[in-house]
Amino acid sequence: MTGNDTLTSDPRTADAVGDDRGNGAAPTRPLTRRTWFVVVGGALIPVLVLSIWQLVTTLELVPVSQLPSPAMVWTAALELAQRGELGLYTAISTQRVLIGFAIGAGLGLVFGAVVGLSRLGDILLAPSLGAIRAVPSLAWVPLLIIWLKYGEESKITLIAIGAFFPVYTTVSAALRHVDRQLVEAGRAFGLNGARLFTTVQLPAVLPSVVSGLRLALAQAWLFLVAAELLGASMGLGFLLSDSQNNGRLDRIFLAIVLLALLGKITDSLVGLFERWVNKRWG
Amino acid sequence: MYLASTAPAASGSAPARAGTADAAFAVEFEGLGRSFPSDRGASRTVLRDVSISVQPGEVLAILGTSGCGKSTLLRIAGGLDSATAGRVLIDGTPTVDFDDRTAVGFQEPRLLPWRSITDNVALGLPRGTPKADGAARVARLIELVGLSDFAGHRPREISGGMAQRASLARALARNPGVLLLDEPFGALDALTRLKMQDLLLDVHAAAPTTVLLVTHDVDEALQLADRIILLGRSNELDGSTIAQEIVVPGTRPRDRGSAELAELRGRLLDGLGIDRHGQARGVETTTAIPHFPY
Ligand SMILES: Nc1ncnc2c1ncn2[C@@H]1O[C@H](COP(=O)(O)OP(=O)(O)OP(=O)(O)O)[C@@H](O)[C@H]1O
Ligand SMILES: [Mg+2]
Repeated sequence: MTGNDTLTSDPRTADAVGDDRGNGAAPTRPLTRRTWFVVVGGALIPVLVLSIWQLVTTLELVPVSQLPSPAMVWTAALELAQRGELGLYTAISTQRVLIGFAIGAGLGLVFGAVVGLSRLGDILLAPSLGAIRAVPSLAWVPLLIIWLKYGEESKITLIAIGAFFPVYTTVSAALRHVDRQLVEAGRAFGLNGARLFTTVQLPAVLPSVVSGLRLALAQAWLFLVAAELLGASMGLGFLLSDSQNNGRLDRIFLAIVLLALLGKITDSLVGLFERWVNKRWG
Repeated sequence: MYLASTAPAASGSAPARAGTADAAFAVEFEGLGRSFPSDRGASRTVLRDVSISVQPGEVLAILGTSGCGKSTLLRIAGGLDSATAGRVLIDGTPTVDFDDRTAVGFQEPRLLPWRSITDNVALGLPRGTPKADGAARVARLIELVGLSDFAGHRPREISGGMAQRASLARALARNPGVLLLDEPFGALDALTRLKMQDLLLDVHAAAPTTVLLVTHDVDEALQLADRIILLGRSNELDGSTIAQEIVVPGTRPRDRGSAELAELRGRLLDGLGIDRHGQARGVETTTAIPHFPY
């Protein structure tokens, strides 16, 4: 009983101390941990850049033929939106990225697991995959265009190649470095094959898998633009190359801004997933 | 205080293994040897000519200085490592890889960091245990090792000694024919250690199992074991073998202060290279200091 009393009285004292502090000043959470500060801090530089951009164009420090004003970009966006092209281009690009990412990341997981888990898989596959990874991405484009024409397949294949390698590399490396003692303990308690994988190895590598996925998504957007620049009739990459030919700098800026926004949004979604995974499995 | 719940278990009602009455198995080491390849193609012998037969239900303590091959012996018995000479028979048949007639309590806790203590202990349950029975047994074991208040915690949120107790509970959950414990109490304070020793005896009394217990602690061996082997070098040969074998007199629970045990204690300490007056003659190790690599 006495022991219990001491135990319960301890937190009470701690609470009291906390309250005292709370009355003296605001609840003390460091500035860098407060939501408003994080949001404002992150928006600071974009707002600054936008203001300087506006200032430079209003003062005509640079001719608008070289640097369109924010308003011009906005007008270009409205104009494209009215023609239905803005929505279409954004949708088709996003669709290509998501499909290519899903295929590439899925294959990356499978091959990464085979190479990381099996000695034989490592011996047979790792050298060839390493060689394929060494090929600069754009070198695939002519081949893909001849084989798969200008259709969706060639673009999705290129994006899948881009998404494959980050996932494959991180998954195979992480699986090789799973704590041997834990794997041994798992085996000693009767786990093997798929059950060992899902009970010990997969949870152990999950955080690295997710950071591989995040890298893969960034690569997918990169390869999307490459694919669309080189042969497309729709999409944000097409908007870039088309506008280059027509000298429409406003639309080029628009495409860049849209790519930044889409990339950031999809990355944030994976980021949320990553945080959840790290909390649950980290 | 939470450990007080272990005391009534001594009354003989099965503490951890309600309803299970699996047999204990005999373990036979036949001329066991293990050498590891070392650099320059040579090999280093760690164990040689270990021959002993352990009766079903017997508690055998394995003593020896650090690095003499105790863990290696235990790993071979559990099928986690293979002998380079001789063999181990369990219940008359040679061990297979990761032999499921054994359960291992590792020298390190080796808990899955992303699982709660409960789920980690549940990993030890034999396959095919009905869900409700399993959950009840896990809860009971967690209570017995005094971790009820931490059942939902992750391994990183508990102390090293608590993790070791969780690891012990996981091995006990398996209800094996042969229980292999590698310094299961090494990271515990003196009081908790005594309580866990009693717990082990209770569990052993309630359900028959053969126990091979590796320890650094001579008193622990005398308190728990039916028989003690001391691994050490003899002659000028490489590798440890059984240097002493002692049958501990009396029945458990033994009086920790008896004169007979004191005499055996002295012999064992001698065997470990320690002067009875507390001076270490060898460079290796002392007996009672917990040795627990994290
Ligand atoms: N996988 C291995 N490869 C090479 N040598 C090994 C291996 N495992 C163990 N050894 C060697 O075998 C010897 C005995 O190791 P072991 O772990 O069995 O000692 P121990 O008696 O359990 O020591 P401690 O009391 O410190 O735990 C050590 O010298 C060690 O270097
Ligand atoms: Mg050891």
